[in-house]
Amino acid sequence: MTLPLMVRKSLRQHLLSTWITAFSIALAGGLLMAVWVVKDQSQTAFAGVNAGFDAVLGARGSKLQLVLNTVFHLEESPGNIPFSDYEQIRSNAAVRVAIPIALGDNYLGYRVVGTVTNLFHDVELSGGRRFALEAGRSFDPNLREAVVGGFVARRLGLKPGDKFQPYHGLIFNPNDQHAETYVVVGVLEPSNTPADRVIWIPLQGVQLMTGHDPKSASDISGVLIKFKDTSPLTARQLDLFYNKQGNRLTFAWPIAQIVAQLFNKIAWVDKVLALVAYLVALVATGSILVSIYNSMKERRRDIAILRALGARRRTIFAAVVLEAAAIAVLGMILAFVIHLGIMTGVASVVRAETGVVLDPWAPHLVMLWAPAGMVALAALAGVVPAWKAYRIPVAENLAPVS
Amino acid sequence: MALLEIRDLKKSYVSPEGAPTVVVDVPSFQLAASHQVALSGESGSGKTTFLNLIAGILAPDSGSIRIDGVEVSSLPEAARDRLRATKIGYIFQTFNLLQGYTCLENVLLGMSFGPGPNRGFAEALLRRVGLGDRLRHYPRQLSTGQQQRVAVARALANRPKVVLADEPTGNLDHRAAGDALKLIREACEENGAALLLVSHDRDVLAAFEHHQDLAKLNRAAAAGKEGCP
Repeated sequence: MTLPLMVRKSLRQHLLSTWITAFSIALAGGLLMAVWVVKDQSQTAFAGVNAGFDAVLGARGSKLQLVLNTVFHLEESPGNIPFSDYEQIRSNAAVRVAIPIALGDNYLGYRVVGTVTNLFHDVELSGGRRFALEAGRSFDPNLREAVVGGFVARRLGLKPGDKFQPYHGLIFNPNDQHAETYVVVGVLEPSNTPADRVIWIPLQGVQLMTGHDPKSASDISGVLIKFKDTSPLTARQLDLFYNKQGNRLTFAWPIAQIVAQLFNKIAWVDKVLALVAYLVALVATGSILVSIYNSMKERRRDIAILRALGARRRTIFAAVVLEAAAIAVLGMILAFVIHLGIMTGVASVVRAETGVVLDPWAPHLVMLWAPAGMVALAALAGVVPAWKAYRIPVAENLAPVS
Repeated sequence: MALLEIRDLKKSYVSPEGAPTVVVDVPSFQLAASHQVALSGESGSGKTTFLNLIAGILAPDSGSIRIDGVEVSSLPEAARDRLRATKIGYIFQTFNLLQGYTCLENVLLGMSFGPGPNRGFAEALLRRVGLGDRLRHYPRQLSTGQQQRVAVARALANRPKVVLADEPTGNLDHRAAGDALKLIREACEENGAALLLVSHDRDVLAAFEHHQDLAKLNRAAAAGKEGCP
């Protein structure tokens, strides 16, 4: 009872500094946990997002660029390929599904992608799910109709019956609008994939859009491929055929490994963020030390009284160390709230920008070691003022300080 | 055998000039169990240092202090802390209550360093000193007289063998001082504790059958070498 009572009373007596210090710990802890969780979750989520495909066939260039462009709907297109390449790979016996896509337009910043209706019926997303319509129907390949991804529909308020005119290019330019008008005929249920951020129209819609080069009217931007079995043999053969023997096309496979390259390239960002988080944690720990150490002058009499009542030096020492640890505990409780806030914000931005879904509530090992580490660090920081308290002479400090 | 027995007790401090200054030099002093003795002591007579030595707050340079058969002067600091928590009650002139703790918590905390907190006894003590309706009040919410009564309850909380009182009425007005003194003496008597009270108030001293002049008892004070902190 004695130590908890002493700690509780001291925290209460120094309420303002307790909360300020706890808040700095909370910021540090929240940031530390968020950096780790965002890093790991985004890596896992991006690597896990293949939108139901095993590989991508596209123009010669970077595999990462091709995957980002066709699967994640980010980045510039490395170029177009003839429709015949799509037909060729579609006829490969090992290929179960081949979906051609054509890019080049947007509507208010969201990509307008030409494709075939097989995308909605034949592609199996993770967990055996398929694209499903929340409202309306799939588009007619011969009409100017569109199916809108769930995220775009919510953001732009599009619903079946609405009409829109796409803009040229992948980046929204209000002065570069196409003449064609499309009618929204369906809205997809959120699939938690980058497809949620896309407005899907018939393949020919993009190919034949006014302003596009008529010479490449039959070209496509890439082919998304799903194999019949998971054996890498066929994929290796295609890899050899397109990437080693040929020099016109790029076969990006496996998608997860290529996405991992992206994270390898930006690994330094993680390191910088982690370093910042560690520094913030150190500063916060230092603030505990300074805050308690500076309050020692006003605590001298209380400590002398406690000693005069029979408290041992080690009891006083333990109370100060425990107080530092208790501030860290308070801070780390708050840190979970801050972590949740940061994660919610980050998840919202990541989803808006990439369509990849992060889960702010997902547990992570850092939620164990970061609080434990912060509390241990704080207790360590408490040793310095505790040592000062330990050495306070009793007789000299029993008189009131005027 | 005396409850408190002191022989050749000496304590000196090093002055700012670097010279050792003897502040306590008591050849002999005794206090029997359950007895009540007042020491008259003017400012600078070394009375607080004398009481702090008995309480084990300070270690003597030489000499012997025996309390209930235990040689205090040779005990290590932790053992002196323990002895203070179990056998000695201390009432200070400035009460020395912990401002962040309620009346009850002040008494309970004193107990927790000794035999352990006993809420029933702590409440009974506070009721005895007339603060039964102030258990959850903080010291700042009490008058000075009431604060002194909390200090009395706290000093008796661990059923000490001896209560040391350093100018316990020094901060009280005449009427409150009389009430406080009566309470301290009665409470010590009821709890079987010996009382060693130091005061320079003639009225307080006159209330005791046994009183001694600390200035005569302490050779350092008598020799005019005082200068205790």
